[in-house]
Amino acid sequence: MKTILRLIMSVLFTSYLTTAFCQSEMVPIKGSVYTPLYGRDSMQVTISDFEMDVYPVTNKEFLQFVKKYPKWQRSKVKRLFADNNYLINWKSDTELSSGQSLNAPVTNVSWFVANDYCKCLGKRLPTVDEWEYVAMADQDIADARTKASYNEYILSWYEKPKTFNNEIGSTFKNYWNVYDLHGLVWEWTSDFNSVLVSGESRKDVDTDTNLFCGSAAIGATDLMNYAAFMRYAIRGSLKAKYSMKNLGFRCVKDISE
Amino acid sequence: MKKNKIFAGILVILVFMLNSCSDKEEKKQNSAEISVSQEMTAELTAPPNVPRPIGRRKAKKLIVDMEILEKEGTMTDGTTYVYWTFGGSVPGSFIRTRVGDEVEFTLSNHPDNKLPHNIDLHAVTGPGGGATSSFVAPGHEKTFSFKTLNPGLYVYHCATAPVGMHIANGMYGLILVEPEGGLPPVDKEYYVMQGDFYTKGENGEPGLQQFDMQKAVDEDADYVVFNGSVGSLTGDNAITANVGETVRLFVGNGGPNLVSSFHVIGEIFDNVYMEGGMKMNHDVQTTLVPAGGAAIVEFRVDVPGTFILVDHSIFRAFNKGALGMLKVTGDEAKTIYSGTKQEGIYLPEGGGIQTMPDDGKVKTETASTDKTLEEKMESGKQIYMNTCFACHQAEGQGIPKAFPPLAKSDYLNADVNRAIGIVLNGKTGEITVNGEVYNSVMTRQSLSADEVADVMTYIYNSWDNNKTNVTKAQVEQVKSGH
Repeated sequence: MKTILRLIMSVLFTSYLTTAFCQSEMVPIKGSVYTPLYGRDSMQVTISDFEMDVYPVTNKEFLQFVKKYPKWQRSKVKRLFADNNYLINWKSDTELSSGQSLNAPVTNVSWFVANDYCKCLGKRLPTVDEWEYVAMADQDIADARTKASYNEYILSWYEKPKTFNNEIGSTFKNYWNVYDLHGLVWEWTSDFNSVLVSGESRKDVDTDTNLFCGSAAIGATDLMNYAAFMRYAIRGSLKAKYSMKNLGFRCVKDISE
Repeated sequence: MKKNKIFAGILVILVFMLNSCSDKEEKKQNSAEISVSQEMTAELTAPPNVPRPIGRRKAKKLIVDMEILEKEGTMTDGTTYVYWTFGGSVPGSFIRTRVGDEVEFTLSNHPDNKLPHNIDLHAVTGPGGGATSSFVAPGHEKTFSFKTLNPGLYVYHCATAPVGMHIANGMYGLILVEPEGGLPPVDKEYYVMQGDFYTKGENGEPGLQQFDMQKAVDEDADYVVFNGSVGSLTGDNAITANVGETVRLFVGNGGPNLVSSFHVIGEIFDNVYMEGGMKMNHDVQTTLVPAGGAAIVEFRVDVPGTFILVDHSIFRAFNKGALGMLKVTGDEAKTIYSGTKQEGIYLPEGGGIQTMPDDGKVKTETASTDKTLEEKMESGKQIYMNTCFACHQAEGQGIPKAFPPLAKSDYLNADVNRAIGIVLNGKTGEITVNGEVYNSVMTRQSLSADEVADVMTYIYNSWDNNKTNVTKAQVEQVKSGH
């Protein structure tokens, strides 16, 4: 009896350990109604409560993932699900290069693998609206989009080369206790390609899309549209199998009652 | 019989004229039908260089590979900027094609880049000028092709949102479509493209400067420059020619905002292909180059010297950087330009004794020896703004590679008598100031000993110089010493 109990205990303990290993820290995000960066007053979006990873997924975490799921290793991945840039900077299937930091965000990953990674942990990728909702906070308030300092910080990062090898947590902790939404890497979203930025961005002005006012309007608030526009432009240029040196991801989870 | 002959003759001429007219029409319509024979890779060049002429060859399938690089570069001495570039330079690589070419264009976005980009070539007939087909994420490439239908000089630029920002960061360049048979041969060809830049710090503020969106929206440029940076066409980077040669400049304007009044000081353009099209104007002093437009200018250089390229919206040239140099070497041609023949004193009231208008007050001129430092500073400042400001600038900062700085100047502070001598007698030839070599001309200044003392005192007591108080006696001593 005692041995059985011990066995059960140890099994439970190991399984707890393994999940804890992969489960990165999450924080609750309180839902609300907001007007996305690209929107007009009439276009409000409702966000339900959810939990979000505090940090983007790291090289270390992803290394464990590909060891556990060899089908996502560089040499074994199906080309349909990841292009030739997939984990291109790694030394081998299961080793980083010497210059890469374990605690830097994983990049050069496709949407397919990011999606699968979150799924394996019982999580999912955030939607564009969820991601933007959390990302509009600065250190102090939930919606800092009209602050000049907030916008300047974002725009200045867009001009800073090679931030992808900085470690997670190296930017600021925002209102929701989430780190690194701005200043480290771009991040995949589940519906990245639902926003219609065609290659010809000037044309988007007169099509009836989400991005109606972005490139035409001139005014004091325009700065924030520009910051957002660059994120939408990068999302618009992606395909799900693409992997990029400046593009990583994090997961979210619905709050289960 | 004779009448008939004449009639026939007229008829022949008429037919001939008709033919030549319709020839022209056909040529245009048929650009699309020009067949291409072989494949070749385009030669791409960084400014101010231009690829070799190709208009005489047959139309071909032309392979163009262009890489996009986001990289830090020098805006002016001590100031850097993150440029977004086509081919690693601002403006981007020069592309040379001929009418009827089928251009297969591959745009590659370097993996280290942060942003997606695309290209809109004004030489393309098609939606977005290629922008729709070339939108490419970092670490990827896109290929599209187009046929060059209209000859001329065209701008290309990035058209990804926010479009203004991509252009303001340097994403523009020129593509030339030569007419059948090519442009007439010339001796020298150069590539010059103007652009305006908007930085967080004011003009000259050191360090890495970031793009300032608000200034860009307000069209309040901190830098207006040729070929991407202050000094890219001055000093050692000046373009050159020999006396007697014909120079052709491919001039573009990337904007994003400002229209250029392109002018070469001391030259008249013999030919201008207006707006970069095939219509030619002659004997032009200044030609307008619109943002997103171009012009081809040609002139023969007849005399040696340094010819200054400017945007004749002139504060841009002397205060914001839109200044380049064409150095021409060779023999003087005194009948065309004599240089100074004679110097004299100009007396508007004729020679003899002059009287000041008598306004009843007794006016005494204070000699500088009696003036306080404050008085000398005041008078010195006035003289400076009248005489020295144009070259040495308001804060004594000079103009990089053209006119040496007076602010914190090692050369100035090292030797007061030498400095006085330069003001009195002028200075020609190479000098090194604060580590930079300057080679230009300062003319002798017609100032009285008093005035020289005042302006020198002003200069020495401003902008971190060594606070020497120059006296009239000192100036006179230098004067008599020579």
